[in-house]
Amino acid sequence: MSEKVLMKGNEAIAEAAIRAGCRHYFGYPITPQTELAAYMAKRMPKIGGTFLQAESEIAAINMVYGVAGTGKRVMTSSSSPGVSLKQEGISYIAGADLPALIVNVQRGGPGLGGIQPSQSDYFQATKGGGHGDYHLIVLTPAGVQEMADLTALAFDLADKYRMPAMLLADGTTGQMMEPVVLPEEQIHTVEKPWAVTGTGMKRPHNIINSLYLKPEELEEMNFARFRRYAEIEENEVRYESFLMEDADVCVVAFGIAARVSKNAVVAARAEGIKAGLIRPITVWPFPKKALACAADKVKGFVSVELSMGQMIEDVVLATGNRRPVMLCNRAGGMIPTPDGVLDSIRKMNGGAEL
Amino acid sequence: MIVFQKPKSLTDAELHYCPGCTHGIIHRLVAEAIDTFDVEGKTIGVAPVGCSVLAYNYFRCDMVEAAHGRAPAVATGLKRALPENVIFTYQGDGDLASIGMAETVHAATRNENITVIFVNNAIYGMTGGQMAPTSLPGQVTQTSPYGRDVKTAGYPIRMCEMLSALDGPEYIVRVAVNNVKNVRNAKKAIEKAFRNQIENKGFSLVEVVSSCPTNWGMTPQNALKWIDENMLPYYPLGVYKDRSGQEAAK
Repeated sequence: MSEKVLMKGNEAIAEAAIRAGCRHYFGYPITPQTELAAYMAKRMPKIGGTFLQAESEIAAINMVYGVAGTGKRVMTSSSSPGVSLKQEGISYIAGADLPALIVNVQRGGPGLGGIQPSQSDYFQATKGGGHGDYHLIVLTPAGVQEMADLTALAFDLADKYRMPAMLLADGTTGQMMEPVVLPEEQIHTVEKPWAVTGTGMKRPHNIINSLYLKPEELEEMNFARFRRYAEIEENEVRYESFLMEDADVCVVAFGIAARVSKNAVVAARAEGIKAGLIRPITVWPFPKKALACAADKVKGFVSVELSMGQMIEDVVLATGNRRPVMLCNRAGGMIPTPDGVLDSIRKMNGGAEL
Repeated sequence: MIVFQKPKSLTDAELHYCPGCTHGIIHRLVAEAIDTFDVEGKTIGVAPVGCSVLAYNYFRCDMVEAAHGRAPAVATGLKRALPENVIFTYQGDGDLASIGMAETVHAATRNENITVIFVNNAIYGMTGGQMAPTSLPGQVTQTSPYGRDVKTAGYPIRMCEMLSALDGPEYIVRVAVNNVKNVRNAKKAIEKAFRNQIENKGFSLVEVVSSCPTNWGMTPQNALKWIDENMLPYYPLGVYKDRSGQEAAK
């Protein structure tokens, strides 16, 4: 099982999901996540699973809600405009405390935007996205291997904490081909006594629901959910630290932006600038402590993003405004270049205003 | 000898419906069907948003509360995950024929093996009486205070007629619960809609023409009369599609 295969990122997600025990997929066509649905359409009927092309993203996410209520592993995938349509359903899934996986292979926006890669759904993904107080566990793959690994992890975390998880990818990682070692087939044993499977006349009925008409009750549900979130912030933060031991400049980037930034950090080192990289793998929970620690040592931060600057707000919050934070970005489907990032590193190294 | 008792698959929770509302009758008919086939233990119901939003408290089987209009999509997920279980949705006219139109039509055309109970009382009850997709021409509501003007608000949607034009669905029928004879027919139709699912025949929808005395501004008796005089001429009762029945007749 450990042999390497060459796969597109979108396909790696699909195969990893199947190996994680997901047998139910619901989607609606949209670029640039097409290969994922196509892969599921081919594979699911062969393994007794469900592939269903829904009438809309709204229907697809509500089908996900239905399966999630039964306790079975389920997912949907889409790209930015489609993920906006799913927000209603995601809010219900979060409100009913159901595990599910939502994949967003982001493209440029707003509106219909374009079909080239972007990270401009960061706010939507990390701050809730739909109505009400809630979070998703948000994982950000920076390559095809992580598309597979983080898919498996996302299912596990969603089950463990009874909440939706999102794989926040982008058009580049979705479309790129790389060698990947696919995860082993999983057998999971998480008990789901809350699931609707039919009472079998053996227990009182289970109700999958997010309606609480008494405000005291609804408040307590919110409090309880956020106690769980606090636990996740404590235990599930994941990030990669690259050349940070002696760094003067800390680049912060995730996904494809981190791939580009790594090259820039290496180039900066070659010209004598002590640059390092913190790459959040979870953007919710955000690696606040790692950044706070870095702020004790570095001159400043460069937030590299494929957006108009969204994660930068979390960087500023995490570092308590103690060090300057500079934005290095492209938007609308454009990708920052290593030279562009290097230039920002040089500027930050030369001293920037707080 | 017991001549009258509450269906086993209804809980003891007190219904919140207004006096004279026919939801109570329809809940009972659904529960009787569940009891008849002895499937309470493997039934999962999907409640809508609207007057029957709290239906999950009234049925003793497992229940899921869906977002407004999305019950057929939620039921699709449930049925695909648990094909051996019995899945029904219980929806009003705003839920099924307005915001959930796409979910309804596509579940029907996929012949999703589920049972849909569609309560048509020509008004949004829960929110206080707004114009529904099934409100009649000229019908006065909070949002059609001068009567539904078809020039600006369009015409009511006849769901059974529309859905029966599809090749997909198995059984499409319209019944009413405004008199004893109609209730008996409604009971038979709802039973058939559950039997179809148990026999894996596919999508069955029972439209139940219903009353809303509170928001129609009528006594319960007059509301039932209003069904006969105004609703039924626009929404004729009958079987609109019965694929197996029609094939058997050939």
